[in-house]
Amino acid sequence: MQKRSLEAGEIAEHRPALLRYARLHLRDAAAAEDAVQEALVAALQAADSFNGESALQTWLISILRRKLVDHMRRGRREMAAADAGLDTAEGEESGFINRLFESNGHWATPPAAWTNPDAALEQAEFYAAFEECVRGLPERTAEAFVLREIGGLEAGEICKELAISASNYWVLMHRARLRLRECLQKRWFASHT
Amino acid sequence: MLSCKDTSELVSRSLDEELSWRQRIAVRLHLLICGACRRFVAQMGFIRRAARRYPGGAGGRDQGSR
Repeated sequence: MQKRSLEAGEIAEHRPALLRYARLHLRDAAAAEDAVQEALVAALQAADSFNGESALQTWLISILRRKLVDHMRRGRREMAAADAGLDTAEGEESGFINRLFESNGHWATPPAAWTNPDAALEQAEFYAAFEECVRGLPERTAEAFVLREIGGLEAGEICKELAISASNYWVLMHRARLRLRECLQKRWFASHT
Repeated sequence: MLSCKDTSELVSRSLDEELSWRQRIAVRLHLLICGACRRFVAQMGFIRRAARRYPGGAGGRDQGSR
């Protein structure tokens, strides 16, 4: 009797958190809802396999993650031709990076100091700003960043999921981090330090 | 000598895999003389902590343990 039984209500409580997580991955709100729904159903069906050792939310996220990957995969297949479009979008991205640095590789605008940034981690409004900044990333860049930093996947797994080379991955992550830094600077630290 | 752009690239990479010792030393040398990149490194660490603590993040604050 070490296993405690999971109840539907207990699982449903996590819906809002799961939805926020899904919305970071999928721009399409309806698709995000679908993925969460599928994950909740799968969680209920698999309730017996929840061993209570990991936190419930962690377990639910791991189920949701698989559903999200399925959705992203499906989305890509449906838009096989959209890859050309993505390439242009990502090409404009390199323009963004080039504007951040002088031609000799020095910062065009050196990163300013953030005072006591960790205090922000205790504030709900900070996470709203963070979320907006992640959503502002170009799609593939956001996918890679979210899978890595929020989903906790390893770089190799992400390359496989997104079907990109390791060097593509480094470029996407470099851009994601530079962009987020700049966005957080503007949206949060400019007015909070 | 690494530029700030190169350094930012390697610093980002170091968050995903271990750099070679050559790369590590090059980054360290650059950081010795560049305050802007030192701030960049600190801010990258911060972004990682923020993402891990984001609700639902891998290191997530456990909201469901009641």
